[in-house]
Amino acid sequence: MNKVFHVMYDDDDKLMEAARELVGKGVHVNEVYSPFPIHGIDPIIGVKRTRLAIASFMYAMTGMSLAILGMWYFMISDWPMNIGGKPSFSLFENIPSFIPVTFEFSVLCGAHGMAITYLLRNGTLPGMPASNPDPRTTDDKFVMEITTSTNSLNAKKLEAAIKKTALLELSIKDVK
Amino acid sequence: MEFKFEGRAKLLTQILMVVGLIALVIGYFTTEDPDPEIGHTRWWANLLVNGFFYFSISLAALFFYALQYATESAWSVVLKRFFEAMWGFLPYGAAVMVIVLAAGEFDIHHLYHWMDGSLYDELIMVDGSEQPNPKYDAIIAGKSAYFSEGFFWGRTIAYLATFLGFAHLFRKWSLQEDAVPSLDLHYKQFRRSALFIVFFAVFSSTMAWDWIMSIDTHWFSTLFGWYIFSGMWVSMIIFTNVCMLWLRTKGYFQEVNESHMHDLGKWMFAIAMLWSYLFFSQFMLIWYSNIPEEVTYYVSRLFSTEYGTPFIAMFLINFAVPFYVLIARDAKRNPKFILPVAFLIFAGHFADVYLMVIPGTLFEHHDFGLFEVGLFLGFLGLFINRTLSTLSKASLIPKNHPMLQESKDLHY
Repeated sequence: MNKVFHVMYDDDDKLMEAARELVGKGVHVNEVYSPFPIHGIDPIIGVKRTRLAIASFMYAMTGMSLAILGMWYFMISDWPMNIGGKPSFSLFENIPSFIPVTFEFSVLCGAHGMAITYLLRNGTLPGMPASNPDPRTTDDKFVMEITTSTNSLNAKKLEAAIKKTALLELSIKDVK
Repeated sequence: MEFKFEGRAKLLTQILMVVGLIALVIGYFTTEDPDPEIGHTRWWANLLVNGFFYFSISLAALFFYALQYATESAWSVVLKRFFEAMWGFLPYGAAVMVIVLAAGEFDIHHLYHWMDGSLYDELIMVDGSEQPNPKYDAIIAGKSAYFSEGFFWGRTIAYLATFLGFAHLFRKWSLQEDAVPSLDLHYKQFRRSALFIVFFAVFSSTMAWDWIMSIDTHWFSTLFGWYIFSGMWVSMIIFTNVCMLWLRTKGYFQEVNESHMHDLGKWMFAIAMLWSYLFFSQFMLIWYSNIPEEVTYYVSRLFSTEYGTPFIAMFLINFAVPFYVLIARDAKRNPKFILPVAFLIFAGHFADVYLMVIPGTLFEHHDFGLFEVGLFLGFLGLFINRTLSTLSKASLIPKNHPMLQESKDLHY
């Protein structure tokens, strides 16, 4: 039977210290639930660097291409426009006037794409069920999740190691 | 730890300075145009380009330093002495600017068309009767109040006095703080920095109008000051970043960690984008409205056969290279990415200043040769020499700055 440990701390510094201690003993920490980002926890528990920035860049590039394509179609191809005496009917010669829109649309796509990806990846889109083990982690408590299935140590040794840290509460549940 | 300015670095800057001096002396004779109307214009125009470019870099360092104090920023405390060091060139740059402007005032060169006093009178006396002045220029005459000798020189002296005065005070207080820890002194610098930024906000714009924009006297752009300001800012960050990489490999500035370098990379990226944004904002509005008195600047640059290609290339390099190369986090932390971009856009921003001055002064008579390269290198040598020499005169890391520890602990 696999077990999951939810170790609660009342201070983010205590949690960081505990995580450093446990990782030092070869324990793998699955996840940390916290009301705010804990600065510097990622390298301790081995969270990989986010690729959100790369995704955002791709969304922005998509936005840029769509904006240019759209404006070429609206303003040049489908119904050629003569605005301010610039009837050159060519995308290249009119490109300066399309730059602001292209820029704004790239930012729009980049920002929205990034926000939606972020929420989706975290499972925190509006209406999605909450995945934190204890509602108090949205207030002032910090929970560290450790499972036996991702650790080579057995449940007893894990529990002994966890209890040595400055924890507040410990809940152990059986999971399949 | 103290920086020792000696050995190969010192020799190299001195060699560059000698190269610049040779270019300056020999160039005076070789760049003379057979047309007496043009004469030594090329020599003076390049002196203005280089003098202004490097003067503006040390000015940007002064601004950035004041900005760090006014915003109570902690990250830059370990870099603060390097910004101070760059002010070492400030008096030299100011001297070059005064020489160029004064020479214009005394009719030695004609970079500034408006300095010709005969443009302002609609009627002149010819043989005892009033005749229309053939040289009368209505647009320039309309600016006669702004360009009057007293007001122009009053402004120029006010700029230089403000910049040099604040640089002197900031440096003095900074060294005082090293000797005696004082929170009062820190808050004094904080308040004076805010005051300096108020002056700088106005003077950086009007200085750009007076010294650079007025070359194309018929043309005007209110955005020009910010455009110059962003250009000097990015050149200064590039210079800081490259020097910091070099100084760290020599064992100095060990307190400057990867996160500080990352921050400098971010500044380089951000200000390069600010410059591109302002460049394009200025261009697009003028291009779109297409009003004759506004488009002259771009007609003589973007749409000219000689300057068109360098002008477009300059913009594309200064915008696209930092944007696509430095957008990634790891690139900002990696000298292999930072250095090529830094060298390229430093040259790019020099070309920017060059293309502000030359098309308006030399028109189709321009030439780019060994003289220009030599003068650029000479000023570069002088700038580095003054910077490093000033750097060696005080402790590299300020001793009693209240936020020193926070700066040393910077991470991310």
